Amino acid sequence: MAGSRNFNTRRLHSLLGVIPVGLFLIEHLVVNYFATKGAASFDNAADFMGNLPFRYLLEAFVIFIPLYFHAIYGLYITFTAKNNASRYGYFRNWMFLLQRVTGVITLIYVSWHVWETRIAAAFGAEVNYQMMADILSSPFMVAFYLIGVLSAVFHFSNGLWSFFVSWGLTVSPRSQRVSTYVTMGVFVALAIVSVRTIFAFI
Amino acid sequence: MSAKTIKFIITRQDSPETAPYQEEFELSYRPNMNVISALMEIRRNPVNAKGEATTPITWEMNCLEEVCGACSMVINGKPRQSCTALVDKLEQPIRLEPMKTFPVVRDLAVDRSRMFDALKRVKAWIPIDGTYDLGPGPRMPETKRQWAYELSKCMTCGVCLEACPNVNSKSDFIGPAPLSQVRLFNAHPTGAMNKEERLNAIMTDGGLASCGNSQNCVQSCPKGIPLTTSIAALNRDTTFQAFKNFFGSDRV
Repeated sequence: MAGSRNFNTRRLHSLLGVIPVGLFLIEHLVVNYFATKGAASFDNAADFMGNLPFRYLLEAFVIFIPLYFHAIYGLYITFTAKNNASRYGYFRNWMFLLQRVTGVITLIYVSWHVWETRIAAAFGAEVNYQMMADILSSPFMVAFYLIGVLSAVFHFSNGLWSFFVSWGLTVSPRSQRVSTYVTMGVFVALAIVSVRTIFAFI
Repeated sequence: MSAKTIKFIITRQDSPETAPYQEEFELSYRPNMNVISALMEIRRNPVNAKGEATTPITWEMNCLEEVCGACSMVINGKPRQSCTALVDKLEQPIRLEPMKTFPVVRDLAVDRSRMFDALKRVKAWIPIDGTYDLGPGPRMPETKRQWAYELSKCMTCGVCLEACPNVNSKSDFIGPAPLSQVRLFNAHPTGAMNKEERLNAIMTDGGLASCGNSQNCVQSCPKGIPLTTSIAALNRDTTFQAFKNFFGSDRV
C-alpha cells in the first residue's frame, strides 16, 4: 500500500488514543479513586498495580509505546493545522482547537507526572499515598494537576467523539450529535472522578 | 454624488509575487446592489476613496446565480460568492479579500487549479468510454437520485477549502470538496464499478485521513452539501477497504 502511510498512521493514531491509552486512563483514574477511601486503601491498590506480573511488558505495550507514539504524532497533526476558531466560531471548530490545546497540555503534564512518579520509583522512591500527598502539598502543583488531569480527560472524551467519526461508526449528523452528548457525559463523569481523587490527597 | 454611499475596503495585489495592500472605495448607493455590481461600478470609474485614479479591480465571475463558483472571495471575513452577497444585507464598510488558501493571481482572483487537480486524482468521473456500445447501465432508484443530486451541486468554488483549518501551506490535504465527489461517484450504480479505485486514491497522502473534523466545511458550504456526512461515510468505506487491501477478500 504505497502512498497510504499517512492514512494508516492517522488511523493507528486514532485507535491507540482509545485502545489502549484511553482504557489505561480510565483504569488509572479508577484505581486512584481508592484514595477517597483512605490512605491504606490507596496504598493497597497501588501495591497491587505495582506488583502485577509482566509489569514491564504491560507498562511498555499498554502505556508508554502507544502513549508516546500518539503524543508525538499528535504534535505533528497539531502543528500542521492553521487554527481559525476566531473567524469560524462554530462549536466543532472550537472543539477542534481545544482538542489540540488539551493534547499539548496533556503531553507536558503526563511527561512531568511520569518523571515525578514512575521514574522516581525506578530510582527507589516508593509510590504511595504519602508521595502524592507530598506532591500536592503545594498549591501550584494542585493547580498543575487539576489542569493536567482535566485536559487529559477532555482530550480523551472529545477524542472518543472523533474516533467514532474517523472509523466511520458515527456517520449521520444526528449520530454525531448524540455522540457529542455521550462523550461530553463521559467527560463530566471522569472529571468528577479525577477531581475528587486529587482532593482526597489534600 | 447622492447623500447615501457605500464603502468598500478591498485587499489588492498587483501580481502573484508582490505584497498585498488595501484600497478604499466609496460608491453612491443604489438599491439592490450586490458585490459584483459594486465591483463593476468601480471598474467603470476606477477612482478610490481619496479621489485618486487607480486600476480597476480584477475578480472572476461567470454565471451570476451561484452555480459556477468562480466569484468566491472573502467578504467581511467569510468566504462566499460575491454574486449572492447583497450589499443591503452586508455590514459597512464591506471588506473584500481574496481566498488566500489559493495562490492569488491578482486582486480578488485566485487560482483554484489544485481543486481540479484533486478531482483528477480521486477519479471524480464515471469511465464508460470504449470501443463499442456498452448498452444501458443499471438504473438508479429515484430516491437515491434525489439524494445524489444534493452532492452533485458542488461547484468547486473553494469555500470549504478556505474555511478548513487543515487546508494550508503546511499540509497537503486536498480538502472536503473532492472527497464528497468520491462519495457521489461511488454511489452511482455505474460509478460503483470503480469504487475501489477512488477509495484507494483518497487513502493516499493528503487524502481523507488529513481531515481533522473541525466541520467548518459543512457550516460554510453555500450549497448546503452534507460534506461531513460524506467524509464520515467515506471513513467507514475506507475502513473496510483498508482491511480488504491488507487481508484480501473473496468478494469481487
